[in-house]
Amino acid sequence: MTAASREDARRHVVVVGAGPAGLAAAAAALAAGARVTLVDAAERPGGQYHRTLAEEFGGPHDGGSPFARLRRRVLGHPRCTWRAETSVWALERPDPEQPGPPLVHTLTGPADGNGRRRRVLTPDALVLAPGAHDRVLPFPGWDLPGVYAAGAAQALVKGERLVIGDAVLLAGTGPFLLPVAASLLAAGAGLREVLEANPAATVARGWARRPWELTAQPGKAAELARYATLLARHRVPYRTGRTVIEARGEGRVEEAVTARLRPDWSVVPGTERTVAVDALCVGHGFSPQLELPLAAGCTLLRTPAGPAGEFVAVDGDQLTSVPGVYAAGEITGIAGAPAARTEGALAGWLAAGGEPAAPALRRVRRNRDRGRAFAARLAAAHPVGAAWPGWLRSETVICRCEETDYGALCRAAADEAGAAPRVTKLATRAGLGPCQARICGPIVAELTTRLRGAPPGGPAEGLPSAAPHRRPLAQPIRLGELARTPDAPDTGTTDPSDPTDPSHPSEPTDSKESTA
Amino acid sequence: MSPRLFRAPSDTPGQRPERPLRITVDGEPVDGVAGQSIAGVLLAAGRTSWRTARSGAPRGVFCGIGVCFDCVLTVNDVPDVRACRRRAADGDAVTTQTRAAEDEDAVTTQTGAAGDGDEPAVRARTAPESRGDRA
Ligand SMILES: Cc1cc2nc3c(=O)[nH]c(=O)nc-3n(C[C@H](O)[C@H](O)[C@H](O)COP(=O)(O)OP(=O)(O)OC[C@H]3O[C@@H](n4cnc5c(N)ncnc54)[C@H](O)[C@@H]3O)c2cc1C
Ligand code: FES
Repeated sequence: MTAASREDARRHVVVVGAGPAGLAAAAAALAAGARVTLVDAAERPGGQYHRTLAEEFGGPHDGGSPFARLRRRVLGHPRCTWRAETSVWALERPDPEQPGPPLVHTLTGPADGNGRRRRVLTPDALVLAPGAHDRVLPFPGWDLPGVYAAGAAQALVKGERLVIGDAVLLAGTGPFLLPVAASLLAAGAGLREVLEANPAATVARGWARRPWELTAQPGKAAELARYATLLARHRVPYRTGRTVIEARGEGRVEEAVTARLRPDWSVVPGTERTVAVDALCVGHGFSPQLELPLAAGCTLLRTPAGPAGEFVAVDGDQLTSVPGVYAAGEITGIAGAPAARTEGALAGWLAAGGEPAAPALRRVRRNRDRGRAFAARLAAAHPVGAAWPGWLRSETVICRCEETDYGALCRAAADEAGAAPRVTKLATRAGLGPCQARICGPIVAELTTRLRGAPPGGPAEGLPSAAPHRRPLAQPIRLGELARTPDAPDTGTTDPSDPTDPSHPSEPTDSKESTA
Repeated sequence: MSPRLFRAPSDTPGQRPERPLRITVDGEPVDGVAGQSIAGVLLAAGRTSWRTARSGAPRGVFCGIGVCFDCVLTVNDVPDVRACRRRAADGDAVTTQTRAAEDEDAVTTQTGAAGDGDEPAVRARTAPESRGDRA
């Protein structure tokens, strides 16, 4: 056997997403002996958690951190092909009779450009780790400029050295509000207050439940304590049981109206306060990016966590319902970066055909299970109160793209013919805009179900529960790019003529030269 | 106050100086630094909105990570580019977009390809954005 054919005989593992989950998966798959193609739409690895500055800003300042070491180890590995600025726009199941991982269609080049390079990857096993995005519940005025998802504020600080304002209000629910507050303060932004919608009792009960689980996330308690100290030092109030119910302004946000909430998030009348702001950041937890798992045919699991409580179902080995397709990170449940890492490590090792009984795996599995318990704890401590639609008005925009308002949804639901979500969609145009319902889909589904009188939480009758996330393409592709034939199937063997030097992740040279 | 660039203590002195770049937005020059996204350049220049929705309402960055498509604009004649995901290049000619006067004949620039088998193979995107010509 020649060296080349020995390389060909290795398993080819394709990992989509280079966040904490995907990077750990790639490292484990390499350790198990596979060839790995690691793909991410971003220019640099790290995902949302380890978002780094572009080199032009002086590059990442984390040379010695565990993340930097992992990044170097993975991207510099001779069996790893790193594809930066590469979007997976479709997964193709070649033959429904032949169960196995789908073909992976990718586009490499500047985001949304029109001359990106097309490739088709043929994995022996696929690890999906596309992460999540902020979940933001609508409220009057949330479509004004200057109102941001909490993660946007974080991404702008970490990736662009940019603060969004100097009279910032941060509101919503979940522990994620705290690192955002910390980043804004560290960057010198003026922060008015941090509002956690759930009452202190709910938060405390969630966190105090089964205290032994917390010791499994050793950093977490200390991290929370650090945030509390930081807020106190900057005299930024952290209020529970209060939220933003309206944003106002001419052409951009100028004022936020906050109010006290009962535990079910109904507004306590007479408690409204108006605060002058130049930016408003809102986050109500995260929604998993489910388009790729759905395109691969993976079964979803419904959790009782309110709207968008759907995640990819995986077994104890992180294997989805589709043979050869593994899932790791936030798409299986929102538990933070450490949990995403352990899931990724397990998924990568097993996808590569690594020994399932390897002793080192025992610890990984244990940590993974603790991560899952932690996710359940988060959901319990920071639920979405069932009465939140109480702050909607008839003219409140629900679908940001099509500007479908709450009144239109109410009318469509009252109309017998508009009973099924698909019909609602056509009648109101909700979910039909450029974002393809990523932002409003689960919310429209929840509101429609409720307006029809069904209890929230259950899947809409007669439709797969995944309907809000089903969309024909994972990422936009342009007609010209579609017409071009892709490069020959990429089986992951290193192509010496490929100008993408894996040791220089932020310079995907091939993308630039293919741009007209 | 508006969004603004900041310096961090971890920005080691003596590192490569910031490389300035200039783009045009609807013909007007806007200065930025290399490494910024187009959204970053616009925000740092004090602009919080650049797109108009159907009703005429202004829009800018919302999700910041390429999910909401609120921030799209036209870059070097290519429409519907997510400003928060596209890195600014010196000389980029950016034009803002509007859906306020939705033009039925607007060219459809994006297509959908089947990802899950039970959708048509290629589907015209439902809402092409016509390019605005606000100066
Ligand atoms: C905007 C934002 C900021 C956050 N900041 C923090 C923070 O500061 N601290 C914290 O504790 N938690 C933060 N989180 C929570 C964070 O999601 C998790 O802690 C952690 O990053 C999850 O890891 P992951 O690997 O599952 O996903 P991610 O880190 O989200 O990584 C997923 C990667 O997949 C890529 N991807 C997705 N779809 C495709 C596709 N179709 N083609 C190619 N690539 C694709 C993405 O570009 C991304 O790099 C943030 C979340 C968001 C949405
Ligand atoms: S701000 Fe959401 S896609 Fe750019």
